[in-house]
Amino acid sequence: MERLDAEEVSSAELRVEDVSKRFGQVAALDHVSLLVERGELLTILGPSGSGKTTLLKVVAGFEAPDSGRVTVDGVEITVRPPAKRDIGMVFQNYALFPHLSVRRNVAFPLEMRDVARAEIDRRVTDALGLVELAGYDERLPRQLSGGQQQRVALARAIVFNPRLLLLDEPFGALDRKLRETMQLEVRRLQRRLGLTTIFITHDQEEALVLSDRVAVMNKGAIQQIATTTEIYERPASDFVADFVGESNIFHGIAGAGGIVVLEGGRTLRVARALAAGRKVGVLIRPERFAVTVANQFAGEVIEAIYLGSSFKLRLRTGDGLSVIVRQPARGKLPVVGEHVSVGIEPDEIHVFEL
Amino acid sequence: MSSSFRTHKGPRGFWPALPALILLGVFFLFPVLRMLGYSVEAGNLDWYAKALGEGLYLQVFWNTFEIAIFVTFFCLLLGYPLGFLIATTTPFWATMGFIFVLLPLWTSVLVRTYAWMVLLGRNGVFNRLLMDGGVIADPLPLLHNLTGVLIGMVHVLLPYMVLPIYGAVKRLDPAVVAAAEGLGASSWRIFWRIYLPLTLNGIFAGSVIVFVLALGFFITPALLGGGRVMMIAVLIEQQVRETLNWPFAAALSAVLLASTLAVYALAQRFMRPAATS
Repeated sequence: MERLDAEEVSSAELRVEDVSKRFGQVAALDHVSLLVERGELLTILGPSGSGKTTLLKVVAGFEAPDSGRVTVDGVEITVRPPAKRDIGMVFQNYALFPHLSVRRNVAFPLEMRDVARAEIDRRVTDALGLVELAGYDERLPRQLSGGQQQRVALARAIVFNPRLLLLDEPFGALDRKLRETMQLEVRRLQRRLGLTTIFITHDQEEALVLSDRVAVMNKGAIQQIATTTEIYERPASDFVADFVGESNIFHGIAGAGGIVVLEGGRTLRVARALAAGRKVGVLIRPERFAVTVANQFAGEVIEAIYLGSSFKLRLRTGDGLSVIVRQPARGKLPVVGEHVSVGIEPDEIHVFEL
Repeated sequence: MSSSFRTHKGPRGFWPALPALILLGVFFLFPVLRMLGYSVEAGNLDWYAKALGEGLYLQVFWNTFEIAIFVTFFCLLLGYPLGFLIATTTPFWATMGFIFVLLPLWTSVLVRTYAWMVLLGRNGVFNRLLMDGGVIADPLPLLHNLTGVLIGMVHVLLPYMVLPIYGAVKRLDPAVVAAAEGLGASSWRIFWRIYLPLTLNGIFAGSVIVFVLALGFFITPALLGGGRVMMIAVLIEQQVRETLNWPFAAALSAVLLASTLAVYALAQRFMRPAATS
C-alpha cells in the first residue's frame, strides 16, 4: 500500500485549449478551454447532450477535435492514439474484461507495458489492497457486486500510475447508500495519490460532494468554472443557478442604492450595489429564507412536502411569484391552503447580470 | 435479490410444444427407428461389422471427416474476418455484407452447385479467364476432384460460420474494447487478448454447425466430385439406389448419425465452461 503512494509524482496538468467538435449540424463542443491543475479533481457537470462526454472522449483520445489543442504538462496529445496517452479511465458500466479474473483485469495495463512479471504481481496486489479487494483476485467480474466491479475498474485505472484519471459517470448504476460510500472512497484515494482527475456527471449533488472545482457545461460550452461553493452561492447564469441545487430565480432591473425591482413590481433589498437600470437575475436558495422582516414574501401554500429532516413549501405570493422554501422540520408544519410569510436577508440574495 | 415474478415450469410449459413433437415423432423419429431396424434385420450386426471393419468403407469415413475438417477450417479462415467486418462496419456496409452472406442461403444448393460446375469446369469461366489472360496454358483441374468439392462446400456452408461469429462480435461491449485501448493495448493485442477470447463461443458454434453439416453433405460432393470424391452420404446413396443394399445403407447411416451425435456431445462439453455473459 505504501509503495503506490511513493511512486506517485507522475500526475500531470491538463490543458484543453479552444477545442471544438461538430457532429453534423450539432456543435458538441463549442470553443471549450479549461485547465486542470496537478492533483486537482475537476468535475464536468452538465445535462445529457451538453457535450461533457465528447469532451472526455477528446481528452482520452477516442474522439479527435475539429480544432483546438489538448496538452498534458505542456506536451500536445491532441491526435495521439488512446493507447499512448497514459490516461486511466473508469467507464460508465466499468467495461471490465468479462473473461479475465480480477487480478488479470488489473494486471492488463501493466502487461500492455511489458512490465516484468514480479513487478506486475507486486503492483496489482498493492492496487487491489488500495481499493480493499485483497482476496478477490481469482473472481470473475460477473461474480462481483456492482460496487466491487467498480473498485476493480478503479484499481485497473490507477495501477499503472496514469498521468490523468478520467471518471465517466461511474456511480450511476449504484444504489444511493453505496454511491455515497464509493464517492468518498474515490475522493480519498484521489487525494492520497495526488491524481489529476476529471469526473463527469449530470448529478449536481455528486459534483458538490466530490470536486475541488466544477465546470458546468451546457450546449457544448462551459458556462462557469469555479469552486463548489462559488458555483452554488454565486452562479454566473440562469442555467448554472437552475442546474445546481434548488433555486428561486427572478428577473428584474437594478435600482439605485442596492435594490432590485422584479418584473412583477416587487422591490428587493440586496447587498450588492449595481448600476441602476441594468437587467439582472436574482437567485434565492430555498433554505436561506428565515424569520426576518427584510424582503418579506407572503403567500398561500400550494404544495407542502415533508422530507424527514426538512420540509419544502411552494408559495404563491400576491404578485404572482412562485417561491420554493426549504426549512428544517421543527414543530408544526404548514399545510396546503395556509397563509405563511417568510423573509430573506439582503446578503443572502445573489444577483447576477443578464 | 429475490424476485417475486412467477415462472412457469413443469408440464405447463410442455403442452404448447406438443404439435411439433407429434410431427417430429411421426416424420422423423419413426423413420429413423425404422431405418435402424433395417440395419439389424438379419438379427445380427454383420452390416455394422462390414461398415466399420472393411478398409474400403473406413477409408470413406475417414475421407468424410477429413473433408469436413478442411471445410470447417476454410470456412473459419474466410468467415471470421467477414463476420468481424460485418459486425464492426457502418450500417450500410453491414447490410450489404448481410445480403451477400445470406443471399446464397436462400438459393437452392442444387442451383449453387450447378453454378459452380459452370465456373470450375475445364471450359469453365475461371479456366477461360486464366487461359485467355495468358496466366496458364492448360486448364486447371478444378472440377470432379477434392478442390472442386471443397470450393463448393465452403461456399454453401460459409453463412453458418459467419452468422455465429457476427453475433459474438456484435454482443461484445464496445466499451470493453475502448477500455483495452485506453489501457495501452495495440490493435494486435486487442485482437488476441480481447476479441478472440470473447468471440470464442461464436467460433466454436460456427465450427460445430459447419462440421456437422459437412459430415452429411451429399449434393455438392456428388456433383462437384464427379464420383471421384467419395463421402459417406454419397456412398449411402449408392447403396440405396444402385446396389439396393438397404440394410447396409441403414448401417452406414446409423454410423454417420452416431458420429454426428458424438461430435455434438463433445461440443456441448467444451461449450459450457467457455460460455461468458
